[in-house]
Amino acid sequence: MANNNVFIALQNNEEARPIIEAIEQDNVEARVEYAPAMVKIDAPGRLVVRRESVEERIGRDWDPQELQINLISLSGNIDEDEDMFVLHRGD
Amino acid sequence: MAAKRLSLRDKYQKFTRDLAWEPGYQSKADIFPQTEFEGIHIHDWDRWEDPFRLTVDAYWKYQAEKERKLYAIIDAFSQHNGQFNVTDARYVNALKLFLTGVSPLEYAAHRGFAMAGRQFSGVGAQVACQMQSIDELRHVQTQIHTISQYNKFFNGFHDWNHMHQRVWYLSVPKSFFEDAMSAGPFEFVTAISFSFEYVLTNLLFMPFMSGAAYNGDMATVTFGFSAQSDESRHMTLGLEVIKFMLEQDERNVPIVQKWIDKWFWRGYRLLTLVSMMMDYMLPKRVMSWKEAWEMYFEENGGALFEDLSRYGIRMPKYWEVSVKEKERLSHEAWSIFYNYGHAAAFHSWLPDESEMAWLSEKYPDTFDKYYRPRYEHWRSLQEKGERWYNNTLPMLCQTCQIPMAFTEPDDPTQVCYRASEYNGEQYHFCSDGCKDIFDDEPEKYVQAWLPVHQIYQGNCGGASVPEVLAWYHLVDGQDNKEYLESQDRANWERWTGGSAEAARPVKSAVNQ
Repeated sequence: MANNNVFIALQNNEEARPIIEAIEQDNVEARVEYAPAMVKIDAPGRLVVRRESVEERIGRDWDPQELQINLISLSGNIDEDEDMFVLHRGD
Repeated sequence: MAAKRLSLRDKYQKFTRDLAWEPGYQSKADIFPQTEFEGIHIHDWDRWEDPFRLTVDAYWKYQAEKERKLYAIIDAFSQHNGQFNVTDARYVNALKLFLTGVSPLEYAAHRGFAMAGRQFSGVGAQVACQMQSIDELRHVQTQIHTISQYNKFFNGFHDWNHMHQRVWYLSVPKSFFEDAMSAGPFEFVTAISFSFEYVLTNLLFMPFMSGAAYNGDMATVTFGFSAQSDESRHMTLGLEVIKFMLEQDERNVPIVQKWIDKWFWRGYRLLTLVSMMMDYMLPKRVMSWKEAWEMYFEENGGALFEDLSRYGIRMPKYWEVSVKEKERLSHEAWSIFYNYGHAAAFHSWLPDESEMAWLSEKYPDTFDKYYRPRYEHWRSLQEKGERWYNNTLPMLCQTCQIPMAFTEPDDPTQVCYRASEYNGEQYHFCSDGCKDIFDDEPEKYVQAWLPVHQIYQGNCGGASVPEVLAWYHLVDGQDNKEYLESQDRANWERWTGGSAEAARPVKSAVNQ
């Protein structure tokens, strides 16, 4: 049972799609699973959502706090600033 | 000259922490009288971290956007008669359980966090509790608005708050929350934010809401996920309060561990209702209770507790029992409701052949051996017109208030039975987990308002089932009993073209 996965779950909709793509690009070890209406993304130890990667896809400014709108759930310690939203285990 | 934009950190500091002040003419102990009696030692509230760094202006902005999206969908759902697009009318019974069992807890959480926020002397914790209190009020309102559309077409939704206060199985969620609210502020937040929201509510809001989407209920999935987006913030508060207590003083560690043990078990027992909603009440199933427990508790909870082990925190006591029970929990629960379907505010039924096949596949070690024969027996009675209802009221567990139908951790054929004596009286429990909780605070749990005891004492409208149902505000033969014989089913068949009466206009079939 020992594992150090973190996860983030988002609604499966048009607003979340570029965020999901950005996560897939920036977290090579992330595992993306689709369920009805939602997407759950697991990653070992650390998962990052980068502002720049999302902005590249949507062509406008994006504030990582906008994640709140389509967020369903998460697990891990959070570290957030203007440029990224990070989930991690340990310190 | 344009002002320099504040960084997120600076903005959070200025918009929350800097709003606080040091009291000048009253002592802090007088202003915050509840912060010490639980034995938690806090030395420096400034060490409190709010990882989301959400300020009030941003909070309103994002919450307003969530509401706009949600209400647009709720309007569309009503205008387009979305209630007719769900898989079948059995599904609606899960919503009845949700509205009577869960929505009142959202309101209780609104009150509870307002009280906790008032008692914490650190401004970071105050602001987080205040936002959560407002969130919870939003949740109960959106749930009432969404489900009110179903109330126009189906039975059992008409007096949910009254039912929450009185109906026997609803004392399970009600007493759970009242137990938390009558504790101190640190235990309350450990109970609700950490043990319940962080460790356990993913089971309700992820697979069940995804299941609502799968069953065509656009409205419920939308309020569910909208609530859950706030929940992410609440879970973060839960983890933060735990880490904060553990980092402040090592004397806090055993107290926190004891609360985690207690509230894990209380929350897990409460989720019994969710296990049965997932395995029996969704006509189209997303995943089994067992799979969900493995994914969200064993895997994800395992990672969480591994992370907390550096503070000296271990997995909650009796977590192994929850793993042993995962192949029986939903079946034992559904059997209780089949037995007592005449006293419930929703309909019960037997799974059909294809559903039994699904249950066999998901529960290969238990379903065919223990539960299928029971259901087949009940079905044969039903076919003879002798649908089984149990007219002997069950013994309830003094702690979780669930009928004592759970089985021994290592023997699924033997009912688990525990007892304690206190002041010359005997008290009964469904499990070691519930017995331990009682033994630690017997003076609290001897006061439990146990529905069965209350009925026998004559405090619930009378001695017969119809009298008790009337006291519950349930209409006998309409809100309760077997789904196959229900008005809900007959209406559904009419509205969805399943019978000769299909041509009858919907409006005349709506219940008055």
